[in-house]
Amino acid sequence: MFKLWPFKGGLRLPSHKQASSLAPLQTMPLPKQLIYPLIQRNGSISQSLVKAGERVLKGQVLNSTEEWSIPPIHAASSGRVVGIQSFPLIHPSGMDGPCNVIEVDGLDESVEFNGFADYRTVEPQVLLDMIHQAGIVGLGGAAFPTAIKLDPPKPHRIDTLVLNGAECEPYITCDDSLLRHFSEEVLSGANILMHILGVNDCLLAVEDEMQESIAALETAQSNGDFRRIKIVPVPTLYPTGGERQLIQLLTGREVPAGGIPAEIGVVCHNVATAVAVHQAITDGEPLLSRIVTVTGQGVRNSQNLLARIGTPIAELIEVCGGYTDSVQRLIMGGPMMGVALPSDAMPVTKATNCILVAGQDEVIVDKQAMPCIRCGDCASVCPVELLPQQLYWHVRAEQLERAMEYHLPDCIECGCCDVVCPSHIPLAQHFRSAKTKVTRKEQEKAKADHARLRYDARNTRKLNEQMEKAEATKRKRELLTKMAENHKSG
Amino acid sequence: MLAVLVLSVVFASFGLILGFASIRFKTDGDPLVDKIDALLPQIQCGQCQYPGCRPYALAIAKGEADIYQCPPGGDVCVKALADLLGLEAKALHSDLGQEPPKRVAVIDEEKCIGCTLCILACPVDAILGAPKFMHTVIASECTGCDLCLPPCPVDCISMEPVNETLAEGYWTEPAAGLH
Amino acid sequence: MLSILVALIPGIIALVWQFGPGVLVQIIIALIAGLLAEALVLIVRKRNPLPSLLDGSAAVTAVLLAVSLPPLVPWWATVFGVSFAIVFGKQLYGGLGYNPFNPAMVGYAVLLISFPRQMTAWLPPLEMASTTLSFSDCVSIIFHPHNALSFDGLTQATPLDLLKTQLGMETHLDEIQSARVFGGLSGKGWQWVNMGYMLGGLWLLRRGKIDWRIPLSFLSGLYLIAMFFFLFDSSLYPSPLFHWFSGATMLGAFFIATDPVTAATTPRGRLIYGALIGLLVYVIRSWGGYPDGLAFAVLLMNFAAPTIDHYTRPRVYGHGS
Repeated sequence: MFKLWPFKGGLRLPSHKQASSLAPLQTMPLPKQLIYPLIQRNGSISQSLVKAGERVLKGQVLNSTEEWSIPPIHAASSGRVVGIQSFPLIHPSGMDGPCNVIEVDGLDESVEFNGFADYRTVEPQVLLDMIHQAGIVGLGGAAFPTAIKLDPPKPHRIDTLVLNGAECEPYITCDDSLLRHFSEEVLSGANILMHILGVNDCLLAVEDEMQESIAALETAQSNGDFRRIKIVPVPTLYPTGGERQLIQLLTGREVPAGGIPAEIGVVCHNVATAVAVHQAITDGEPLLSRIVTVTGQGVRNSQNLLARIGTPIAELIEVCGGYTDSVQRLIMGGPMMGVALPSDAMPVTKATNCILVAGQDEVIVDKQAMPCIRCGDCASVCPVELLPQQLYWHVRAEQLERAMEYHLPDCIECGCCDVVCPSHIPLAQHFRSAKTKVTRKEQEKAKADHARLRYDARNTRKLNEQMEKAEATKRKRELLTKMAENHKSG
Repeated sequence: MLAVLVLSVVFASFGLILGFASIRFKTDGDPLVDKIDALLPQIQCGQCQYPGCRPYALAIAKGEADIYQCPPGGDVCVKALADLLGLEAKALHSDLGQEPPKRVAVIDEEKCIGCTLCILACPVDAILGAPKFMHTVIASECTGCDLCLPPCPVDCISMEPVNETLAEGYWTEPAAGLH
Repeated sequence: MLSILVALIPGIIALVWQFGPGVLVQIIIALIAGLLAEALVLIVRKRNPLPSLLDGSAAVTAVLLAVSLPPLVPWWATVFGVSFAIVFGKQLYGGLGYNPFNPAMVGYAVLLISFPRQMTAWLPPLEMASTTLSFSDCVSIIFHPHNALSFDGLTQATPLDLLKTQLGMETHLDEIQSARVFGGLSGKGWQWVNMGYMLGGLWLLRRGKIDWRIPLSFLSGLYLIAMFFFLFDSSLYPSPLFHWFSGATMLGAFFIATDPVTAATTPRGRLIYGALIGLLVYVIRSWGGYPDGLAFAVLLMNFAAPTIDHYTRPRVYGHGS
């Protein structure tokens, strides 16, 4: 039995996974349209490399790709570029943003993909660049560029690769489905990742309730050279799938506040990312599709779909039999940390792990919140051992400095405190909003400091100019007097 | 008699200690002015009737200016100043205008005649240009102070609102009524 | 809140069984006064009184105070105490969740200080009562206190009272405890009432309605200090079990000290909070001016709760040890 280091708090939530996990994995037919937002993780807009009217092939790069922090996006099928259009973004702000729209021609013509037959003969640096060129980002939901994560700053010595197959939010089963259908690819991807990182230990965490996945992985493991990979069943406890919580559970190490897992010798990737790496290295195929769970009472057939990135969500719903009468709300992600979607026109992105079509009973109704009675239930479920009610107190009083003293930035926004609060206070939402305020304040402060520097510099410059001018006048006057004297005497 | 003597000695020694402390722990500059200045938004717009944020901070520290004269800082700034100085927070001075939205100056490059007047007016050197050549605003440096508007002889500068980008925070507070 | 009222039932049954139905009359008076006071304040504060009345917090305060009072205390004392608790103890601080002090104990302390004679006039337990009071007798005495004169030997010192006065007269503990009012674990009647509260409290614990830390640390704190002095000189200091089952110990441990609004909130803080209440209860009982010290101990620790919280913040993930 593998020794686990349980973290504090957490919640056992009703799983609601049966509906989608029992249905077979279905591959989406070619969509009519593919939509690719140009907005990046950091909010910047990347340049489009294709023009309206141009024909693109499957696998062709659509945006500029200079930095590792902005992995490229590839067309998932061949077609004609319609142009850049504005679409609502999958983002809590509900803002619109520019998107490249491609009309699919149905031929599915592809550029040529070239992989390595044996990755072990290739330098890790080359593989890293290939992973970046393949546009791979973390497929667990955060979409952090994988190449950056695989190339941690030099002083950190990595000894363990953690593969996260513990999707602990209710409803989501895309990783379960992936583990069952692509178990060999997961293990092969793990080997490649270990080669790149130069580590010999890999811990693959799978929820203990996902028995079929564990069985599939064990079968795959016995068929190949995957001895260094340890399959670890972990308890189905929310939020075990959180990176920091999973690392703590598996290794007993804590990622320092504000730090990255590499600082404690761990690199953590989602299992779907491992599959994408496997495809990019061995087949040379960029990240073009992913598994998306479509579930909830609001959709007729819950199931997992292998969908091309860029497919409009509406088409996914259609393949699942359309909406039922009880549909209430579209959520991207799980019920705990998901983002409400304003419409189904927006596309599947690399971060889309689940489309939860919530029905009447599934929407968390905004109940009238009552005053906090300081019962402390929130503190007992908080996986990072914050004191949510004290934080809430300070956040409501706009005492952001005090909230920072109570470690506001360490909140992982898992929402456990919301669930247990007997007064129905939307605590996590308060904390997110407070974090936003802190960020804005910091940005404003930085801007003000910058402006102050420039203002001071200008004043100094003007003062110097004046002094120089005065000096020059004085010198001139002295010269003139001298000349006059010379003239007199001469 | 003895009491007078003792008291004199005690007070003399207190005086010495205080005198020593004032030399030993002397601080350069006025920390209060720095603290006030740190709370001001550094737009340098002069709407407070002082020629910049630091002069305003100086005036507040001296007690010459009130704390509610900074429209760009808004109520947040007034509150922060009140907290720092132990004063009562008031509403913004109504004559000085309301808290404006964040803006940035944009030069209509077709119309600009290259007179350099705006460059001289800019408090943070955010305008780039040379005589007889077209000028332009470095948007990232512009504080949106409006000071370049009046001197422009051809009115080619306009103030555009800054659009929020996704790079900034985005979560809003829960709806009112939800605690 | 409802479950707290339910959990009080065994204790109330024991009270009625041992001390007559007076407590029921007090509960009714307290409930009416408490809910009225709450509604009035909310109306004055221009708030909708319904949500607050329905959350049950005013009812809990009223009932907790009612069961702490001597069963035959005059009606106006109850009304005054409950109204004071609701208005000054709770609503003036902003209502539920904002009050720093336990409202029921605020009411109790004010009554004890203002009307010490009425507040210490307890009835004899069942075994020793010379008269059995009916419900209507209780109503008549509570509303017309001079009617009590027609009953003989109606009030009697509680075991804790007796202990305090007799020890003051340097009587040996064994001698005091041979008095008829003592018996069993603590005093006749009182042990049953305490057991009733303990039963209800354990049920609350089982249901997860209250945190286990405060009752555990309170009772352990009280037990340890009582044991220390008992071993030190058992002729002066009664046994820990006597303290456990006397006065308001169990009511305090499971129902009063556990009030989340006014208690410490961090896990370690709650242990400290409970233990210190236990110690204070013992200190006040043994050396203070009042026979029982629960109300004052709780109020004093309410003062200290924010400080305890501040110094017992748990270590947050990723912040070193």
